Amino acid sequence: MKKPAFKIYPGMSIRGKWSGRRYTVIRELGKGACGTVFLCKNNQGDTYALKVGTDSSRMMLEVNMLKKFSKVQGVKLGPSFVDVDDWVTGTTTYPFYVMEYIQGESLHSFIKGRSKDWIGVCALQLLSQLDHLHKAGYVFGDLKTDNLLIHQTQLRWIDVGGVTAIGRAIKEYTEFYDRGYWNMGSRKAEPSYDLFAVTMIMMEMAYPHRFEKGSDPRKTLEHKAGASVWLKPYRSFLLQCWQGKYKDAAEMKAALSRVVMKRKNQKPVPTVPRARKRAQTNDTEASEMLTLSVLVTAFLGISIYSFWM
Amino acid sequence: MKPGRLKQILLLTDGCSNHGEDPIAVAALAQNQGVTVNVIGVLDDQQKSQPQGLEEVESIAEAGGGVSQIVYQKSLSQTVQMVTRQAMTQTIQGVVNKELQEILGKDQSIEELPPEKRGEVVEVVDDLGETCDLEVLVLVDTSASMHHKLPTVKDALYDLSLSLNARSGKNHFSVFTFPDVNDTIKKVIEWTPELGDMNRVFSKLSSGGYTPTGPALKEALYAFTERPMRGMQDGVDPYEETGF
Repeated sequence: MKKPAFKIYPGMSIRGKWSGRRYTVIRELGKGACGTVFLCKNNQGDTYALKVGTDSSRMMLEVNMLKKFSKVQGVKLGPSFVDVDDWVTGTTTYPFYVMEYIQGESLHSFIKGRSKDWIGVCALQLLSQLDHLHKAGYVFGDLKTDNLLIHQTQLRWIDVGGVTAIGRAIKEYTEFYDRGYWNMGSRKAEPSYDLFAVTMIMMEMAYPHRFEKGSDPRKTLEHKAGASVWLKPYRSFLLQCWQGKYKDAAEMKAALSRVVMKRKNQKPVPTVPRARKRAQTNDTEASEMLTLSVLVTAFLGISIYSFWM
Repeated sequence: MKPGRLKQILLLTDGCSNHGEDPIAVAALAQNQGVTVNVIGVLDDQQKSQPQGLEEVESIAEAGGGVSQIVYQKSLSQTVQMVTRQAMTQTIQGVVNKELQEILGKDQSIEELPPEKRGEVVEVVDDLGETCDLEVLVLVDTSASMHHKLPTVKDALYDLSLSLNARSGKNHFSVFTFPDVNDTIKKVIEWTPELGDMNRVFSKLSSGGYTPTGPALKEALYAFTERPMRGMQDGVDPYEETGF
């Protein structure tokens, strides 16, 4: 039995069937796979994100994940859980839940006009967070830019609906980020499944319009990683990940840190090292001149001394 | 609680049936026999409007207790696995709802439970979806208009096997095509736990303008019910009977 699509407008009030709590809709924030997210406020005027859907089981599974993963080991991962209830309109009941509203920028708009260092920095932040999640026994699953936001230069997860216990099957995925689609492994929930998605998020920052897998998916990836100026510093790091060199998020993070830190010491702009080289030769010339003049003075001194003798 | 084995027929077609018995009636019969019927209507990527007769897709799936979807070729892979999973969940939910009604009385369903209780029940449903055994009989329409879509179908079936084999439960797949001149449907892949190399699967193609969806579905149903009694009863370990 299919439920008719709901119509929700700004100013509308959504009341929970079980708790009676009311939320007033301010505007739509976005549409997800199984529902629509609205910005809303409660009676006290606090703003939240509210998701309304049709599939009550799926929504409930999301709530369970949200409750579990708002915080893992004291680290804030997903948005905090606030409320879950049903909304009755006419003869139809729609499940909804309420969570913390995370204000921020999409990864795409954030990266625009910034340097390519940010590709590495964002990926590092993501890997740190994944490390916590994996250590708790779960993988993110449907890891993609749509499920992430940048809040004051900090990466935040806004949708943890695809989080899956390690060892189970990945149920939700988006082809571009899915290693199965790229012929690079299974759809079992393993930390390495997320690690692959991290590399694809990095790829997407260089190719915002994404690309097709072609007849040889691995070749396509390797070619694309080499063809972008933006990915140049990360190229061998990406290739190593696809070769399965990194066992877990911590190891991958360490490798990426080395790339990002290295770039900081040796300035990437080609004119800078040349200028420094010139400065270096000037330095050596100066020291040569100094030793020469010291020698000359000493020699002169010795000859004057021997002349007096 | 064990849901035993879930049985599904997955029909891939691009048009309306025009020969033989009513496919909707056959789908209803299948559901009654414990076999869910899912239907995917495959459109050409350039196709703008929905061709006539594809409403049948939805009606067959509805009668068969399954899920239907009409998609463009390029999203076939993802749809095939999504439809299969959705139908699994739907079947398991049906079983759980029945149990709930027995315990809590009529009109009770997962949806009617208060959120906290619902949260616990959906976890049980999710666990069953991960661990139950699944048999999928894929029935591919290979009539003339489908020919150029068959490479995409092959990819999608390989992808389906990849998705389902990530689960802990066992899977069995078999692939049939129709129409076939002699037997209405033709088995092109024997029951197997994995759909790997399908290179020569659709090599011999039938042409002609008739699409006997109803008779094909019926044959597919027979192919299910006439299988040796391997774990046909719920909860029976199929390997016990063979003496292992």
